[in-house]
Amino acid sequence: MKPAPFRYEVPATLEVALELLAEHGEEAAVLAGGQSLVPLLNSRELRPGLVIDINRIRGLDSVEIGPDHARIGALARAGELERHRELADALPILREALGYVAVPQVRARTTIGGSVAHADPAAELPAVIAALDGEIELASKEGGRTLHWREFFRAPHAPDRRPDELIVAVRLARRLGLGFAFTEVGRRRSAPALVGACTGLARNDGAVETARITVAAMRSGPLRLEVAERALLGRAPDEEALAALGRQVVAELAPHADGLDAAAYRTGVAATLVCRDVRALWEEAGRAG
Amino acid sequence: MQVELRRVELSVNGSPHALEVEPRTSLADLLRHGLGYTGTHVGCEQGACGACTVLVDGVAVRACLMLAPQADGTEVETVESLADDGELHPLQESFRRHHGLQCGFCTPGILMATLAAARADESLDQVLERVLPGHLCRCTGYVNVRAAIREAWDELAEARARPRREGQPDLGPWR
Repeated sequence: MKPAPFRYEVPATLEVALELLAEHGEEAAVLAGGQSLVPLLNSRELRPGLVIDINRIRGLDSVEIGPDHARIGALARAGELERHRELADALPILREALGYVAVPQVRARTTIGGSVAHADPAAELPAVIAALDGEIELASKEGGRTLHWREFFRAPHAPDRRPDELIVAVRLARRLGLGFAFTEVGRRRSAPALVGACTGLARNDGAVETARITVAAMRSGPLRLEVAERALLGRAPDEEALAALGRQVVAELAPHADGLDAAAYRTGVAATLVCRDVRALWEEAGRAG
Repeated sequence: MQVELRRVELSVNGSPHALEVEPRTSLADLLRHGLGYTGTHVGCEQGACGACTVLVDGVAVRACLMLAPQADGTEVETVESLADDGELHPLQESFRRHHGLQCGFCTPGILMATLAAARADESLDQVLERVLPGHLCRCTGYVNVRAAIREAWDELAEARARPRREGQPDLGPWR
């Protein structure tokens, strides 16, 4: 299908974009990479009166790597982030997760800002953002605000963004002291996730010091499984601990999977992925250190 | 709704074009209906099937998910750029030899994505395991498609290494 007619604006600067959003935000859709928005336009699930194409705004795709944070501009494309050497060194988990985002032909256009704005609970980037204490920077004519991922991803496909606001960047914490892994199961590698898991672990000799478990593709999310995380602490993840972890992951996810297709399968697979990653990260930390 | 038309200037396979389109026109429809490059096929219009894949400034993208005005100022390459005066590009020739297509609907997208990957120095593995899954083929079961790409791959890599003549685009037109 073809989109319903819309007016089209291509602001050359952030100021003009914010002006347009202040005036027309209620009826406008922001076009970044278009890999989520344009399918919705084509199927006419969305019929905005105005499309604001932000692709010509300079500098909105910048990547800055600071001592404690990486700041990634909203227009940075998944394909570029994947090939970004310094970013891969600073946050290797990001590249690992990007490998699961659709296919390279889509990643060539997908932007981090667009993925965040779309707030699909099955999306990989929001899960990594949650795992890395991410924050979302929003700008508007009224001024900017920065939201913690938990505030921002308040409901599926309905993040906390006012109609006059533009997502301008995502901030991710570095040097958290954890090793991370990302794994995903879907019908095909390029298909949307049935379950995605971003797991982090820090080991101190014979015990888990810190753990971080983030799961994607439930009804809402990304989700942090904090009870499961705490259950891992202070001991080695032996067979017994991993079996208990698996049961806890299923229990903690069950209310969030309720009503989804194959809910029990998804929570079971989540448990398997998390346990597998905890074991691998534990062994890796042992070898490293 | 009365919508202002947008002027789009772009190059397609090296030829400059300028036309006015409704902003909601996709790049795929601009190519097909506006300019007659009907080798770019339109399947799902959801970014899933990959039939409409073309190169925009050398990068393989879904032409159904780009609005035509977004292609203003870009260089687009379509499947029509491959054959040279009726002589098939080696990648096309390999598809022919291996029966890598039956109905041919998905073929233009696969050819263009493969070519972009070859130019970008991707590995054969990357193409077969990551790029090809971005293209739905319901005829072949992919066995012959993979065989065709595999056989043409060395030749593509060799062409990449070969010094180019002045003004000749990378890997195509081929000779």
